[in-house]
Amino acid sequence: MFSCKTSPEVGGMGHSIKRKEDARFLHGKGNYVDDVKLPGMLHMVMVRSPYAYAKIKSINKDKALAIDGVLAVITGEDLAQYNLHWMPTLLSDSQMVLPTDTIMHQSQEVCAVIATDRYIAVDGAEAVEVEYEPMQAIVDPFKALDEDAPLLRPDKEGQENNHIYHWERGDKAKTEEAIAKADVVVKERIHLPRIHVASIETCGVVASYDKVTEKMLIYLTSQAPHAIRTIVALVAGHVGLSEEKIRIIAPDIGGGFGGKVPVYPGYVIAIAATFLIGKPVKWIEDRSENLVNGFARDYHMDCELAATKDGKIQAFKVSTLADHGYTDSSANPSKYPTGMFSICTGSYDYEHAFAELDAVYTNKAPGGVAYRCSFRVTEAVHAIERMVDKLAAEIGKDPAQLRLENFIKKEQFPYSSPLGWSYDSGDYHATLKKAMDMLGYDDYKKEQAEKRAQGKLMGIGISTFTEVVGAGPSKDFDILGIAMFDSAEIRVHPTGKALARFGTKSQGQGHETTYAQILAEELGIPYSDIEIEEGDTDTAPYGLGTYASRSTPTAGAAAAIAARKLVDKGKKIAAYLLEVSEEDIEWEVGKYSVKGAPEKSKTIQEVVFASYTNIPPGMEPGFEATHYYDPPNLTFPNGAYICVVEVDEETGAIDVKRFVAIDDCGNIINPMIVEGQVHGGLTQGIAPAMYEGIQYDDEGNVLNGTFMDYLVPTAVESPKWETGHTITPSPHHPLGAKGVAESPTVGAPPAIANAIIDALYPLGIKHLDIPITPSKVWDAIQEAKQKA
Amino acid sequence: MIPAPFNYHKASTIEEAIALSQELGEEAKYMSGGQSLLPMMKLRFASPQDIIDISKLQGLSYIKEDGDVLKIGGLTTQTELEHNDLLKSKYPIFGDAVWLTADPSVRNCGTIGGNIAHGDAANDQPALMLALRATFIAHGPDGEKSIPVDEFFHGFYMTALEPGDILTEIQIPKAKPNSGGAYHKVERKVGDYATAGVAVHIELDDNGVCTEVGIGLTNLSPMPMRLERGEEVLRGNKITDELIEEVGKIASEDCEPDSDLRGSEAYKRSIVNTITKRMLNKALERARK
Repeated sequence: MFSCKTSPEVGGMGHSIKRKEDARFLHGKGNYVDDVKLPGMLHMVMVRSPYAYAKIKSINKDKALAIDGVLAVITGEDLAQYNLHWMPTLLSDSQMVLPTDTIMHQSQEVCAVIATDRYIAVDGAEAVEVEYEPMQAIVDPFKALDEDAPLLRPDKEGQENNHIYHWERGDKAKTEEAIAKADVVVKERIHLPRIHVASIETCGVVASYDKVTEKMLIYLTSQAPHAIRTIVALVAGHVGLSEEKIRIIAPDIGGGFGGKVPVYPGYVIAIAATFLIGKPVKWIEDRSENLVNGFARDYHMDCELAATKDGKIQAFKVSTLADHGYTDSSANPSKYPTGMFSICTGSYDYEHAFAELDAVYTNKAPGGVAYRCSFRVTEAVHAIERMVDKLAAEIGKDPAQLRLENFIKKEQFPYSSPLGWSYDSGDYHATLKKAMDMLGYDDYKKEQAEKRAQGKLMGIGISTFTEVVGAGPSKDFDILGIAMFDSAEIRVHPTGKALARFGTKSQGQGHETTYAQILAEELGIPYSDIEIEEGDTDTAPYGLGTYASRSTPTAGAAAAIAARKLVDKGKKIAAYLLEVSEEDIEWEVGKYSVKGAPEKSKTIQEVVFASYTNIPPGMEPGFEATHYYDPPNLTFPNGAYICVVEVDEETGAIDVKRFVAIDDCGNIINPMIVEGQVHGGLTQGIAPAMYEGIQYDDEGNVLNGTFMDYLVPTAVESPKWETGHTITPSPHHPLGAKGVAESPTVGAPPAIANAIIDALYPLGIKHLDIPITPSKVWDAIQEAKQKA
Repeated sequence: MIPAPFNYHKASTIEEAIALSQELGEEAKYMSGGQSLLPMMKLRFASPQDIIDISKLQGLSYIKEDGDVLKIGGLTTQTELEHNDLLKSKYPIFGDAVWLTADPSVRNCGTIGGNIAHGDAANDQPALMLALRATFIAHGPDGEKSIPVDEFFHGFYMTALEPGDILTEIQIPKAKPNSGGAYHKVERKVGDYATAGVAVHIELDDNGVCTEVGIGLTNLSPMPMRLERGEEVLRGNKITDELIEEVGKIASEDCEPDSDLRGSEAYKRSIVNTITKRMLNKALERARK
């Protein structure tokens, strides 16, 4: 395991330090967007559509405006005067800010009411009279491609049907040939339904424009404040908002999970409103607005996995239909419309693979928001891990054994995957074996055999996933052309204490602790002496933000390299102070000493003080460094998860008896924070596996738009998570670290699904789509019994 | 929570509450724990002009045996039911149910009177009241009245309570020797309303013959439902596995569930069978102890 280089007082890598930010949260001293109160601030509330697809015949503002305290009702027509009624999405599609004629999904913003207080604003929204002409919504993405399907986006030039784009990777001909020749081919259509991020804090904004200074101050629930500032400048430049005049502050954020990457219409309307009115405008989503409008997943994947009769995997093909709602609002790197879906070949060594995807429009909320998934890795991992289990069942081989026989071997790294990734490192055999040992795999196999003999339903499910995180190298990864580097800026004060600022933005990940530990590791300055700041575009260095487990791979690396620049500078100062040449100075964390004369030394704090007070001649004073880190590759964290379940045949109830999760995320900065990330992620993994999924009726109405019916699991539903690690450092990351936050969300669902389906296998049930609920299990059992 | 505007009135005695209700008219709503009313106001499904807060009425929070009757004050909270020693030792069916009702913060506020008076078949207490053959005491403009549980529930959100009435006390026949009750519901996650729930109360004589039985169902019909045909099968008989099997089947036949997000009608009919049998066995075990 990883051994600590620093003392607990210094608190570098490997120390389970309690999170520095928690004191503030536990004392109720956090400062979230809804805590921001500015003088004269107005409140905005949306009128939302009850229909999924409708023409707007009229909007009557009179009754709303008659309410004392209602100041304005903003419609799409109003915004159209400034050409702000549409906005571009990150992937070259377009999204309505407010509609001028057509409603495209249920709960879409119809108009915005601005009032002196939120209660009055809601009263005003209720009083707005909208006349709709409902139309038959397209809900099923397969029907969206029918010849006679209505054209949902006639506004887009050249758009002749509801197909958005086709994407593919790999060698189609060779893959199909290999599948045709194979001894065994297993096939399945796998659907990952829409799910919702359900962060505790919903989205919101306080926008405040000063007409005198022309400065636009925006407090925003954003995971990527710098990128958003650039987008605002690009989108609203024509009305006079210039990037240097825009300041975005992402204060404390109550969970993001990808839902706080996009630009929502409410943000734009609030910014437009304060620009026109000259008073601060606050908009905070309520829970149902948040729930119904943000979503992830919604891939229908036709999978084929081919193998020899003894289970050597030969080829994988997946053809996907992606339901994007009425616009492609994916927040992906520009060249990756399907995110990192091409990681779908998994942890296995074989030659042929082909992945293709067609995206379509439907009458649903804008689609493609990621949810703790590293850009579509959840979909990819679910596809391959379900298919590997299906193959094991088909040929009657133990699924662990099948995996061990097909894994990429340790010595094959860096490994070029059939769809073009270069996996950096891993020891898949060791990781799975550790999970099997921790569980007692062989004992459970015996117990399962005994239980099956008694007619009881018990299942064991495995997922051995490979993640791909840390976007990314500038040659391939950009958002709106901006390379996906990230940054760190360190200022060490004369007394040896430091302030460091980053281009990322924590939403609960614990950056204030983790980054301080990285700097403590590199500089030997105690973590408690280092303040971390993020989220203010006026002060923090430019960066692309925090999502897709990228902070440690990018900004964490930037911190290490910036610190190393300081160590180099300090070496020169130490040489000057100790009156030796620079070559004679040795650095061990926190201290410079003379080679061969260790009693002659200077601490980092002494050297820092000298940089302000006793500067070597000709040297630039001060002790500051900045680094913008352009990663050479992504990092490929991986893991082996095993789940044991029992199913009650009478009620369909599923009891998760054990869940073992072994993660390999390279070197670990703070084991306790990683543990917390894994626990949270596993719970967000059991969520889509057994509970969550946005459901629609044929009219496009969301059926479970509140937490009463959208079932977010709690501690009660969570099994006891048993976690562990193998450590295979990333060879290209300065700290040998990899991202970890999304591994459990990505890896857990197929382990759970595989376990439940394994339990039901004796009844003849070979696949179930998630979420696998008791009523779905019961239905499947009845169907299987009828067949039998 | 952003409800429509309303006037808030706080009553400190039953008389004051009833007087306020008469003065403010039929649209005024009593609020005890507020755990059903406030969510409806939040979503603006309900927008009462006047709220009469009865949560602080003195002397309506108690659990005691008095003669042959167990008396529970209408404002007794779910949490008080959960932690009460008398209920734990002699009426464990309450512990079964309260533990499955919502979550601790809701139980801290929600009252037994409110849970029953709301007239919602999805609430857990109505099934218990049916099984335990409760009688409700209400105070209203016409004075005090006593309403047996079988006359109380009239329909979806409708009860025998008339405008101005407050449910002040629940009376349940005191637990007899060789009696036992049990409650369980299948829920999709903690805090959920029941997909299906069953409350059972059984009384045996010295020979093990069932002298009285009550079976109430949760969320399987538009209004709280007694499984009368199932009770008749057991009353006056020794309870055998065969009879339990038969009652489970009756539960599945007689309930009136709808297909919804909690599951299909067929699924609910199937699991009510299972839960009924499991609760009969559990109640029987408790009665025999």
